[in-house]
Amino acid sequence: MAPHLKIDHVDKLFARGSVVTDVLSDITLTITKGEFVSIIGHSGCGKSTLLNIVAGLVQSTKGGVLLEGTEVNSPGPDRAVVFQNHSLLPWLTVYGNVRLAVDKVFAGAKSRAERHDWTMHKLALVQMAHAKDKRPAEISGGMKQRVGLARALAMEPKVLLLDEPFGALDALTRAHLQDSVMALHQKLGNTVLMITHDVDEAVLLSDRIVMMTNGPAARIGEVLEVPLARPRNRLELATNPTYLGCRKRVLEFLYERHRFVEAA
Amino acid sequence: MTVSIMKAAEAALAPSGAKLLRFRVPDLGSAKSRLLQALAAAATRLLPPLIMLALGLAVWEIACMKPGATLPGPSRIWADARDLIVDPFFNLGPQDIGLGWRVLKSLERVSVGYGIASVAGILIGALIGQSVWAMRGLDPIFQILRTVPPLAWLPISLAAFRDSQPSAIFVIFITAVWPIIINTAVGIRNIPQDYRNVALVLRLNHFEFFWKIMIPSAAPYIFTGLRIGIGLSWLAIVAAEMLTGGVGVGFFIWDAWNSSRLSDIVVALAYIGVVGFVLDRVVAAIATVVTRGTAAN
Ligand SMILES: Nc1ncnc2c1ncn2[C@@H]1O[C@H](COP(=O)(O)OP(=O)(O)OP(=O)(O)O)[C@@H](O)[C@H]1O
Ligand SMILES: [Mg+2]
Repeated sequence: MAPHLKIDHVDKLFARGSVVTDVLSDITLTITKGEFVSIIGHSGCGKSTLLNIVAGLVQSTKGGVLLEGTEVNSPGPDRAVVFQNHSLLPWLTVYGNVRLAVDKVFAGAKSRAERHDWTMHKLALVQMAHAKDKRPAEISGGMKQRVGLARALAMEPKVLLLDEPFGALDALTRAHLQDSVMALHQKLGNTVLMITHDVDEAVLLSDRIVMMTNGPAARIGEVLEVPLARPRNRLELATNPTYLGCRKRVLEFLYERHRFVEAA
Repeated sequence: MTVSIMKAAEAALAPSGAKLLRFRVPDLGSAKSRLLQALAAAATRLLPPLIMLALGLAVWEIACMKPGATLPGPSRIWADARDLIVDPFFNLGPQDIGLGWRVLKSLERVSVGYGIASVAGILIGALIGQSVWAMRGLDPIFQILRTVPPLAWLPISLAAFRDSQPSAIFVIFITAVWPIIINTAVGIRNIPQDYRNVALVLRLNHFEFFWKIMIPSAAPYIFTGLRIGIGLSWLAIVAAEMLTGGVGVGFFIWDAWNSSRLSDIVVALAYIGVVGFVLDRVVAAIATVVTRGTAAN
């Protein structure tokens, strides 16, 4: 299949005065349409930086990002991001947050009533329609991430970018949301690029896991295919040898070959 | 055995009994007790200032009782200026009108000057807050201009406008605008990167960014500036009117001084204080309503 998203020889240096930090080095990654790819690596290796480069929020120093064959280097709704800390606008309601995105993206394409239905539909997809008139401060952390996800889905992105979307949540809520994301991916067939530091999450959700080496100048150390049939069930997988094998491969990469070294 | 069963039964009964009680008591007396509570709360807030006011008036009265006192005591003021106190809105000819009318006239000037200052201050502040260099270059200048007393601007504005009405309005504008600019700029600088990222991903244009992200996000800061601004405006109008004349509470004080109506001046001071207090509270109330979303996070 033709590549849907291509990250092409991306390098990233941060320069501050005379101090130059080499964060990413020669990252090349091809993602096909409908694929779910996770990036895993230790804290500070440059995962967020890579995702932000794809989103267009950060410019690469060398190399570029191609989406459906055309280069993208500024942010846009075709690469919607679900941010780690939800980033909902606190003065808007749940509905208002999603509607803002819908109004902007479908300004000419949909009528007012259609945009309302679209917004409500996306909220229903993440089971948040009941809280549509609440403000972000009035809902739980898991609910905020659901709304963030609804907002991203509402833009009908070509690639959905998730930056540790469940990082700040407790284990139960996290599992619940992982199942939701899996179900949504199954149903909508989105192309997803997700950052995580959770091995189980990576194996459970992904078609491929991209493992990054430690910085500075982090590279892609290894790419692992996860040949598990979908739909996946976390309880059944707990004893599945393929699942356990994949899990072991990632753990070995992270904790033996590229152990986290404390910054001096 | 029996003992433990009894205990269990008691334990099972006790909570429901408590529930019953808790449901009954408010049913019978909830309205009454809530009213009493509200009254008590109002009393604790109102009584201390009322008592202090009464004490202050008494001390004042005693201090002004001795023959040859230069200032009138409360009873003299009541006798001299009763019409001004009891009826703010009488109208007995062009120069003999109630203080309420004069206050309204002053408020009209304030609303024009302050209104222009608000709009201009927010716009300029938003522009400056966007750019690090504008902030670095202009902030020290604004900090200096901010400290120029309102009346120091009056001669310049009289020279520029050659008319008292626009001059007074200009003085209010120039007094109120600095804190609004400075606070807005700080608020804009403090917009979290997350909100900017959302705007970038959505490709909001400048106009949408201003209305949908900047203003709501910086609202708490903007209102801090607006609240300082309204206080300064009210300070400035009284001073400006004393010098520029016309109908207004400031000129009223000047006029009363020239015709030695000291009691009238004291009444006017009370009016000015109360109106200033109300203005401050009105802006604060608008702020709490408008920023409830932002402040909650
Ligand atoms: N704007 C910047 N200027 C300079 N250095 C930066 C900047 N942003 C990130 N870095 C550096 O780049 C490196 C990678 O940061 P990044 O946030 O991408 O890590 P991460 O893998 O997402 O970490 P985490 O898992 O903790 O989120 C870090 O060492 C960080 O200090
Ligand atoms: Mg990160």
